[in-house]
Amino acid sequence: MKIALMGQQNSGKSTIFNSVAGYKAVTSNFPGKTVTYNLTKFNLFGQTLELVDLPGTYSLTSFDLAELEARKYLLKNSVDVVIDVIDASLLSRSLELTLQLLELKIPMVICLNMIDEADRKGIKIDIEKLSKILDVPVVPVIAVKGKGIKELFSTAYKMGEKKKIGKTLNFSKDVEEVIEKLSAQIKEKQISKEFNVPERFLAIKYLENDRYFMEDFKNRDKKIFKEINYFQNLLKEVHGRPPDVVISSERHHLSMNIYESVVSLTKPHASLIDYLDNVLMHPILGYISLGLIFYLFFNLVFKVGKIVEEPLLNYFYSIIPLIGKSINTETLLFSVISGIIQGLAGGIAIVLPYLFPFLFGLAILEDLGYLPRIAFLMDAFLHKIGLHGKAIIPFILGYGCTVPAIMATRILESERDRFITSVLATMIPCAARMTIIFALVAFYISPKAALAIYILNLIVIIISGKILSRLLPEVTPGMILEIPAYHIPSLKVALAKTWLRMKEFIFVAWPLLIAGSTILSLLHYFRADTLINHFFSPLTSLLGLPLVVGTTLIFGILRKELSMLMLIQALGTANVVSVMSTTQIMTFTVFIIFYIPCVATIAVLWREIGSKRTLFTIAFTFILAIILATITRFVY
Amino acid sequence: MITTLDLVKESQKVRVINISGGWGLRQRLGGLGIHFGDEIVIKKSAIMHGPILISVHGNQVALGRGVARKVTVEVG
Repeated sequence: MKIALMGQQNSGKSTIFNSVAGYKAVTSNFPGKTVTYNLTKFNLFGQTLELVDLPGTYSLTSFDLAELEARKYLLKNSVDVVIDVIDASLLSRSLELTLQLLELKIPMVICLNMIDEADRKGIKIDIEKLSKILDVPVVPVIAVKGKGIKELFSTAYKMGEKKKIGKTLNFSKDVEEVIEKLSAQIKEKQISKEFNVPERFLAIKYLENDRYFMEDFKNRDKKIFKEINYFQNLLKEVHGRPPDVVISSERHHLSMNIYESVVSLTKPHASLIDYLDNVLMHPILGYISLGLIFYLFFNLVFKVGKIVEEPLLNYFYSIIPLIGKSINTETLLFSVISGIIQGLAGGIAIVLPYLFPFLFGLAILEDLGYLPRIAFLMDAFLHKIGLHGKAIIPFILGYGCTVPAIMATRILESERDRFITSVLATMIPCAARMTIIFALVAFYISPKAALAIYILNLIVIIISGKILSRLLPEVTPGMILEIPAYHIPSLKVALAKTWLRMKEFIFVAWPLLIAGSTILSLLHYFRADTLINHFFSPLTSLLGLPLVVGTTLIFGILRKELSMLMLIQALGTANVVSVMSTTQIMTFTVFIIFYIPCVATIAVLWREIGSKRTLFTIAFTFILAIILATITRFVY
Repeated sequence: MITTLDLVKESQKVRVINISGGWGLRQRLGGLGIHFGDEIVIKKSAIMHGPILISVHGNQVALGRGVARKVTVEVG
C-alpha cells in the first residue's frame, strides 16, 4: 500500500516521515525544505507500507517547482491513501488545501499536527465534528513527541483497505452550475482520464486557469478550449473578478465556515518565545542580534574544534614514527600504512571536530525557526544584488554543504534567480572549506585572518552577484515567505539531523579521504607525484606556492577538505607553518575556497541549471580563484 | 482610506480590496491565506525599503515591498 504525506509547508510532514523512516529526511522550521520527495518502506500489521514525503504545498494550483513536483507525484503515481498533514494552529488556511485534496477523490486521513501548539494559542478544535463535515477520519498528533503517530498510520491503513473517499463540499449554486456544465463537457471528451483525475477536479483547475493543465491543452483541442474560455468569462462577468479569484474565494469561504463551526477560541497562553521577534526582527536590534548570533556561532565552532583538534592530531602523528621503527620507512608497505593513518587522522582530528559543532548549531537555528527571519532581515540587501530575501536560505545552507544549498534554490520562483543563487552558493565556504579555514588559517595564523577570509568571501560574492544580475537583468518577483512560529528545538531531533548530515561525511567522504591519502602515498612511492606537480607548476609558481601543492589541487575537486589533508601529507608534516609561509597558507586557502566546485556540486548543478551554465560556473570560479589568489599572494 | 499595503504603518489593521498582480501572485498569496476581503495586521516594517511582516488568520507572512505595493487595502 502506498501512502503519501501531503500538507502545507512547515506542517510537520518530514517529522512524521522521520518517525517511521528513522531520520532519513531532513526537517527544519523553514517553509519548503523537502524539495524532492523522500520514500521509505515500513511494516504495520504484517503489511509492508510505502510512505512518501512530498514537498510542502500551499495549494494544488501549481506555482513553484517544488509544489509542481508534489502534485505531479500525486497524479501520476497511484497513491492508495493521502495523509493530509495540517498545522492545527493554522486550521482555516490549511483547510483550503484539504478541500482540493478531497476533490481528487483519493482515500484520505487528516492529521492534525502540533495540537499542543494550537492549545497553547487558545484554539480548541472539535475533532469529531470536523471529521463528520468532511467524512474523513481526523487524528490529533504531536509529531515531535511521537504522540498519535501509530494511530495515524493504522487509520490510514484502514482507509486504504476500505478505499473510502471523503465528501466533496459544494460551492455556491451558480459556481457549482458552471463546474457541472464544464465537467459534462470534459466527461464527453474523456480528457480527465488522460490526467487520471476526476472530471470535477479538472473542471475547477481549468476555471482557475491552472498553467499546467492549460498549457498541455492549448495545443490539442481548440473546441473545448473555447468552452473553458466561455465559462471563465461567465464567472468573471457574474462576480466581477477573475475566475481564479472566484474559485479561491469560494474555497476560502467554505474553509472559514468549517473553521468557525469546529473551533472555539479561548485565551492564548503567552510564552516568552512569542516575544522573541520583538528583538530578533527589530529594525535595529534584529541586525545586531544577527551579527552577534553568527559571531558567537562561529566562535563556538572554532573553540570546540580547536580543543579537540590539537591533541588528536598530535596523537596520530606520534603513531607514524612508532610504526617507522618496526617497518622500514622505505618500503611500499610503510607508504600504504602511513597513507591510511593520515587519512584516518584527517577525518577524526581535522574535519569532525569542526563539522559536528557546526552542523549541530545549524540544526538548532533551523529548528528554532530563525532562518526565515534572516530572509526577512536580509531582503533589502539581497535586492542590491538583484535577488530577494528567500535566496538567503540556500546561502545559509551553503555554509553547511553546497549540494543541499543548490537543491534549495528550487524555493525561488524565477529561473534567473535560481541560476544566480546557484552560482553564488558554490562560492560560499561549505563546512568542508570551513575546516580548511579553521584548521589551517585560524589554527596556524590567527582567528582574525580566518575572519578576513570570510569577509573577503562575502565581498566577492556581493560583487559577483552584482555582475551576474547586471548580465541578466530582470525584475525579481519579490519575496513572499511564511514566517512560522518559533519552536523550542528538540535536542533529540537536532542530534538526529546532525547525525544524518554527518553520515554523508563519514560514509562517503571519509573512505574517499583514506583512499586518496593512500593513493598519494603510492604516487609518492613511485615518484609519479612529481609528474603531476610538474604539470601544475605554471599555476603553483604563479601563486607562489610550493611545487608539491599541485597534486593536492586535483584531490580538492573530489572533496574540498581533501585538498588540505593532502597538503599536510604532501608536505610531509602536520606542522604546516614550518614549510609554508603565512602568505602561502593564505593564498592556498583563498584559491581552494573559490576554485571549481567539488564533484558532488558539479553533479547537482548539472541537473539543476544545465550543462552550459555548469561549465560557465566552473570557468567563472576557476578564473576568479586564480585572480584572487594572485592578489592575495602579493597583498597579504 | 484606500492605499497600498507597503504604505501602511506598523500595527494598523487593514482589509484587502484588490491584488493587482497577475495570476501567479494571486495564487501565491491565496495559498498563504491572503484573499480579497481578508483582514491583515501590519506587524513590522524593515528598514531600507525592506519587506513588511503581516499577520493574517493567525499566521505571519513576510512580503517584499514590491509585492506589498500590488496589494490594495482599506485602512480602518
